[in-house]
Amino acid sequence: MATTLADDLRPLHHPHSWVTRYVWSQDHKVIAIQYSCTAIGIGLVALVLSALMRLQLGFPGAFPAIQPDNYLQFVSMHGMIMVVYLLTALLLGGFGNYLIPLMIGARDMVFPFVNMLSYWFYLLSVIVLVAGFFVPGGPTGAGWTLYPPQAISEGTPGHQWGIVTMLVSLAIFVAAFTMGGLNYVTTVLQARTKGMTLMRMPLSVWGIFTASVMGLLAFPALFVAAIMMLFDHLAGTSFFMPTMQSMGAITPTEGGSPLLFQHLFWFFGHPEVYIVALPAFGIVSDLISVHARRNIFGYRMMVWAIVIIGALSFLVWAHHMYVSGMNPYFGFFFATSTLIIAIPTAIKVYNWLLTLWRGDIHLRVPMLFAIAFIFTFIHGGLSGLFLGNVSVDVPLSDTFFVVAHFHMVMGVSPVLVIFGAIYHWYPKIFGRMWNDTLGKVHFWITFLGVYAIFLPMHYLGILGVPRRYYALGETAFIPQSVHLANAWISVAALIVFCAQGLFFFNMIWSLFRGPRADPNPWGAASLEWQTPDTPPAHGNWGAKLPVVYRWAYDYSVPGAARDFIPQTEPRTELGA
Amino acid sequence: MTILARLTEKSWEPGPPPVERERPSAGTVGTLAYFGVAMVMFSLLVAAYLMRMGLHGAMGHGSDWKSMPDPPLLWINTLLLAASSVAWEMARRERMARAATAGAALGGLFLMGQLLLWRHYQATGYTLSANPANAFFYLLTALHGLHIVGGLFAAGRALAAANMRNIALCALYWHFLLIIWLVLAALLLST
Repeated sequence: MATTLADDLRPLHHPHSWVTRYVWSQDHKVIAIQYSCTAIGIGLVALVLSALMRLQLGFPGAFPAIQPDNYLQFVSMHGMIMVVYLLTALLLGGFGNYLIPLMIGARDMVFPFVNMLSYWFYLLSVIVLVAGFFVPGGPTGAGWTLYPPQAISEGTPGHQWGIVTMLVSLAIFVAAFTMGGLNYVTTVLQARTKGMTLMRMPLSVWGIFTASVMGLLAFPALFVAAIMMLFDHLAGTSFFMPTMQSMGAITPTEGGSPLLFQHLFWFFGHPEVYIVALPAFGIVSDLISVHARRNIFGYRMMVWAIVIIGALSFLVWAHHMYVSGMNPYFGFFFATSTLIIAIPTAIKVYNWLLTLWRGDIHLRVPMLFAIAFIFTFIHGGLSGLFLGNVSVDVPLSDTFFVVAHFHMVMGVSPVLVIFGAIYHWYPKIFGRMWNDTLGKVHFWITFLGVYAIFLPMHYLGILGVPRRYYALGETAFIPQSVHLANAWISVAALIVFCAQGLFFFNMIWSLFRGPRADPNPWGAASLEWQTPDTPPAHGNWGAKLPVVYRWAYDYSVPGAARDFIPQTEPRTELGA
Repeated sequence: MTILARLTEKSWEPGPPPVERERPSAGTVGTLAYFGVAMVMFSLLVAAYLMRMGLHGAMGHGSDWKSMPDPPLLWINTLLLAASSVAWEMARRERMARAATAGAALGGLFLMGQLLLWRHYQATGYTLSANPANAFFYLLTALHGLHIVGGLFAAGRALAAANMRNIALCALYWHFLLIIWLVLAALLLST
């Protein structure tokens, strides 16, 4: 009845044709690449939207094609795409799919067919999302939080069709994620190879695993909220819709609660921040450890911190609703729980720094991105302490301070990790090395550029500049310097925008012209670098599954022949 | 090994030689994990139900919540689902494919009963948009019904392949849906 390893579960599916190998593929590596390409593709759409927003904010009125309605639509679509369709899909669907089986020594995910379905549902959700741009009235302009009643009321762009495509797309995405998430969780629990105990898993797997569990528990809230709002919009129910006067007429809806939607949305929305952050935490730990040639400092603490952060993140959602009106004791509770999360998070930051301390640091491109992440993450985390306090948050709410905060902490930081991770694992995925110089140029423009963009935004926010405004116009409390700052932020943003071309050029050029990669170019100890083939072949491990004898962080071990010992190397100290 | 012992393993020290451990099948782990997902979804809906029910009155307005009547069909359907669960349990214990077929058939009957219940309410004027109580009723029964449809699909596949392990999982799933339904029915009956 009980089985042990992935090997025994079922005969490995064998692709017979080009189509089953690369299109309707059940191989986790191909699915990972499909997920990543789709996520990056839709992410580029969101990037273009942000450039358009910056053009409007920096040079108001200079681009007559951008009308107030368009601006709101750009804001909404940019936010939703970046958070859900890019970051979640890329970190869990992309990296999760690629890394979990390779890092724990499995041949594939435990439910390969469901894994394939997950990708195709995700693609469908992206197609429905993009369809929003082409329906009458355009996509929704309700903000990425989609608060009712305005999201489905007259006066909001896309209130008729755009909101429907958005909600339907989200519901499909949740279905896709659930299929993927069940796979990731079950694979980690079920298909670890011989010797791979839970505490021998690399932190990347811990981050992705915990984030998947959180996603499974948080996304149902979004699903429920989306379905209920669809009912309100299409069937005339009043879950969220109160009695309103719209365009001079009383609406037929009665008694619904917009606050109910906010609770449901943020019960998903806050864990979502950590669904994005935890895989990034895990991956960055591995990058730092490998490139500093040092075991991660406080491995057990790091694992516990990931789990504790994941659990706590379900108890803080209402800190997004301080200005929605709530009982002061309620606010006190959520402020306290929010600030408590700073403790495990600070443990992680100290451990990253202590891993670097006296390490043999190689400033290769992945390492540069990993160190940059520590900067931006500390920065965004500290501004989070301001916003977690009710009394400080109230005046800063809905200003550019909030925009600066969440872009630093959950926009820029995970994206830097994603860049670092792509530079790090590309040699394994495609068997080619990147151009180092181009990578470094890309890094420095991106890293300094994001500071040029988001640091001034903190000052704008403290001055009281509101977010989501199409144009500031002539307002007494807004000095001339704000307009100057806005123009320069836009210039910086456009430079960073263009610099991403270097990344994509490097990626595509290296695919064909990059030098052949060594199977283990960074000298990493974890399992995915020990595959018999590079790139790993179907089934990953050849004839026999690897056996694991040690953790993934045996770097610079005194007395060892090399400065790393692979996880598959048996212990030799006899009688020790 | 307890979960605590696993999470406190000092993995940097030489551990015992690698051993193969007995683990539950992937299908069981995946199904249990899905129970977590569905439980969260229905819990949130129940929370929303109670919040929406009490809210209007709490704001000082007269309550706009009009409870639905409880026709006997609601009880009949509940009994059908319970009988279906019993049949599945027999199939699991006695490894009888016939009992599993009966369980699936009773599940199908439950679904038809639910459809009749919908039509009954429609005919008596309790339409979807007339009152939030109705809206919640249709939403909850629809989502629960979709889970049954999914279960019937899985049951069909398990029966066609005569896969006893999957039949046991179906039984587990049916019990889970029965518990969810009992909670929902209690909520609908008591409010």
